[in-house]
Amino acid sequence: MSIKITTKNLNIPNYNRLSVYREHGGYEALKKALSMEPAAVTDEVKRSNLVGLGGAGFPAGVKWGFIPKDTPKAKYLVVNGDEGEPGTFKDRYLLEFAPHQLIEGMIICSYAVGIHKAYIYIRGEYIRQIKIVRRAVEEAQEAGLLGENILGSGFNLDIVVHQGAGAYICGEETGLIESLEGKKGFPRIKPPFFPAAIGLFGCPTVINNVETLSQVPHVIANGAEWFASIGTEKNGGTRVFAVSGHVRKPGICELPMGVPLRELIYEHCGGMRDDRPVKAVIPGGSSSPVLTADHLDTKMDFVGLRDAGSMGGSGAVVVMDDTTCMVDVCANIARFYAHESCGQCTPCREGTGWVSKILDRILAGNARPEDVDNAVRVAKNMMGRTICLLADGAAMPILSYLTKFRNEFDYHVEHKCCDVKGG
Amino acid sequence: MPTLTIDGIEVTVPDKTNLIEAAKMVGAEIPHYCYHPGLSVAGNCRMCLVEIEKAPKLAIGCFTPCQEGMVVHTSTEKVLQARKDVLEFLLINHPLDCPVCDQAGECWLQIYYMKHGQYESRMMEDKIKKHKKATAIGPTVTLDQERCILCARCVRFCDEISKTSELGIFNRGNHAELDVFPGKELNNKYSGNVVDICPVGALTDRDFRFQCRVWYLDTQDSICPGCSRGCNIQVHYNLDRPHHAEGRRVLRLKPRFNPEVNKYWICDEGRYGYKFIDDESRILMPQVMRNGGMEFVSWDEALKASAEKIKASIPEELGVLASPQLTNEELYLIRKLFVEELGATQVEFRVPPKEEGYSDDYLVKADKNPNTKGAEEIGLAVGSAEEILKAAAEKKLSALVIFVHNLVNSGLDDSLVKAALEGVETLIFIGSNFSDTSEKANVILPSATYAEKSGTFANSEGRVQRIHEAVPPLGESLPEWQILNELARALGLDWDYQGTEHIFAELAKDVPAFANLTYEILGDQGQTLGYVPPAEEEALVEHGELEAVRAT
Repeated sequence: MSIKITTKNLNIPNYNRLSVYREHGGYEALKKALSMEPAAVTDEVKRSNLVGLGGAGFPAGVKWGFIPKDTPKAKYLVVNGDEGEPGTFKDRYLLEFAPHQLIEGMIICSYAVGIHKAYIYIRGEYIRQIKIVRRAVEEAQEAGLLGENILGSGFNLDIVVHQGAGAYICGEETGLIESLEGKKGFPRIKPPFFPAAIGLFGCPTVINNVETLSQVPHVIANGAEWFASIGTEKNGGTRVFAVSGHVRKPGICELPMGVPLRELIYEHCGGMRDDRPVKAVIPGGSSSPVLTADHLDTKMDFVGLRDAGSMGGSGAVVVMDDTTCMVDVCANIARFYAHESCGQCTPCREGTGWVSKILDRILAGNARPEDVDNAVRVAKNMMGRTICLLADGAAMPILSYLTKFRNEFDYHVEHKCCDVKGG
Repeated sequence: MPTLTIDGIEVTVPDKTNLIEAAKMVGAEIPHYCYHPGLSVAGNCRMCLVEIEKAPKLAIGCFTPCQEGMVVHTSTEKVLQARKDVLEFLLINHPLDCPVCDQAGECWLQIYYMKHGQYESRMMEDKIKKHKKATAIGPTVTLDQERCILCARCVRFCDEISKTSELGIFNRGNHAELDVFPGKELNNKYSGNVVDICPVGALTDRDFRFQCRVWYLDTQDSICPGCSRGCNIQVHYNLDRPHHAEGRRVLRLKPRFNPEVNKYWICDEGRYGYKFIDDESRILMPQVMRNGGMEFVSWDEALKASAEKIKASIPEELGVLASPQLTNEELYLIRKLFVEELGATQVEFRVPPKEEGYSDDYLVKADKNPNTKGAEEIGLAVGSAEEILKAAAEKKLSALVIFVHNLVNSGLDDSLVKAALEGVETLIFIGSNFSDTSEKANVILPSATYAEKSGTFANSEGRVQRIHEAVPPLGESLPEWQILNELARALGLDWDYQGTEHIFAELAKDVPAFANLTYEILGDQGQTLGYVPPAEEEALVEHGELEAVRAT
């Protein structure tokens, strides 16, 4: 089944301009939402089984429902566009080619929850996308789709586009909030700092991924039942996979939740380069534990991937064939996390750096036999002992390579060279 | 008031108590670095992980509030392993420079390693080099970035307590470094506190650095005499190694916790104001003017000479300038000897300062004396310093006794002071350090500093707090109360005070504001003037008379 929702119109020229977006039915869902009771909008999203597509897979409607109804404080919507998970590039397309789809989703969410100020936090390197989103916000303002009394409904909303400064940790929602407040991007301790209770500027805050909110207009336009019928039992609709690596046709690929990994690779991404066999697949960004060729029938939704011992994550799929050295991949990933650890918590600050150095030595053929076990031990010692999940996000994949491809690490130690690449 | 179980012991704690504080109540220690009860919680060191039954993973004790029915374990195998692992992480990039680190002996990395670490090193990598090693970051503090464990206590102190925000943590991951913000230096009225709260050798005190190994130090509780706030302090002194620190005995002052006065902090003015104790200007022997010059004499001779001059003066010709630097016990004896026994009327303790002292809305008071309140209550504000000096200048006084004050450097008119000090026939100076005023004296009686005697001060809020003798009086100096006792005997009075507690008991009977107070009741945190014992208070409340009693 090939059904596209958020990426359906990305090929239409100038779809990122308001007039073209409207020609293709844009902002009709907003009109429909504004005619509904706010609670009914949230309910519709709940029933659609739309889940958070940034990585957690938490039901979006339920998240909106956590915001207290009668609070004297301001409420905020924050869009997480700090797309930093290695391998992930889906939000980049949605921001660049369909910014109004996101804005429409934001207005609907804000209306449902009673929010009058929203922020879009976009990673600093997405300079082109930031310009386009800013222009889209201006267009929407001029057309009365933002600001006061939107489409005569009496509902007000302002949107601010914020450029990040280049830190992976600012994609972690509380790190993002700190950064947005003008501070260093240090994640906050949960509890008590659940954004729904104590979020941006200490106020209740909805924080959703770009793709999640981009789905919202379609849920409202076509109804919860339609959306829920597309995906799996718990994960409604589609998601945009960002596929890279040794496939013939890498790129973004929107498919229903739960599509088997094999179908994704062989039917939608043109199969493997040079018809070589699949050796390993990162199914949901670099933080997700690696899968082997034994897992090609895994259903690519949050539940299926969890059951396979990995996770849905950001939907970034990195496919690797049998020419790939797993020690190299593992060391590469470890280097990334050592570079991106915010340095707040001891186990992550010291552990990510240490394990990276050990893995680099193994890769360079400069290790002792006990180093492999030591890498396992250091990775395990970081897990579950820090404020945010970066340490776990580093330790889980590292451990998955060290256990699933242990023989390659041992070979590197013993022979001081690679059994895959030779030399 | 939730009730919970910690290590098998049930305890009921106030609302919002965290697990570290609750554990203290049952005698369990949860080790920690970044947590400090006087600062906000950062939760970053991860040393205080404990096991809570039914919780999915270990929780940090600092940020986990006690909840009804919670069952907490502070030393299961899982917890002990986590501690060991966190310590290993903290130490992998920490330099092995304990032998040359001034923090050694009071370093929490050392202490916890011995208690919870003790593992074989598995760190084979090169340690990370950081930029600043032994770099002064302000007038009081030296920074060593490699020793820093990034707990951020100092950063939070500068944000939350001094509110000056000079410090920050720069860069990410294991390259993170503590530093001052560009163009700033750590220079605020409370900067020394960051050294106290630094659990490791990253921030050391420029004043104390390399003066003495901390294990040679002894400590004594005291009260800062620097202003009328009365901050609780500890005097750290060294008597065992007289060749250290150029022979100085008192080597540093540290704040002592008192929730009613100074919490965990003291100001820099107080912290570094101790140097006069072992200064070269200390008066070591009694001196008397003979044949146109000052001569060292024995105490007996000096007291005899003083008594003769005082006896020769009729009460109207006798002037006394007591000092709010003195203890209540001493001020009480001054009143008793000079006012009650000798009938002097020209008695005062207040001398205006040259300029208004610095003060702020936190700890520092403008009145730079520790016991103005006590002196007022004891009733030594009889005349005025100016009137007494005028009398002296007009040669209406035959003897003037000055305690501690340096009038030459005060707010009094310079020419009046000069005329008075030269005009009076006999000038008896009782103090610890030479000054322009002692220069003019005919008799000098050397007295002990606050660190060399015991007694009490009453701070500006009327809290009476005890000081204790840390080091013996230098040379032949004596505490003023002892000098007054001996002087009274030289004057033929039958005085025999054996100690300050003896004097305080009499003072408490005699001066209404001090009623009901005893050294025992003062304890180590002090008690306020107008104290009503709990049992009596109950009775007064019953009769509706408490307010009336308090008002007196």
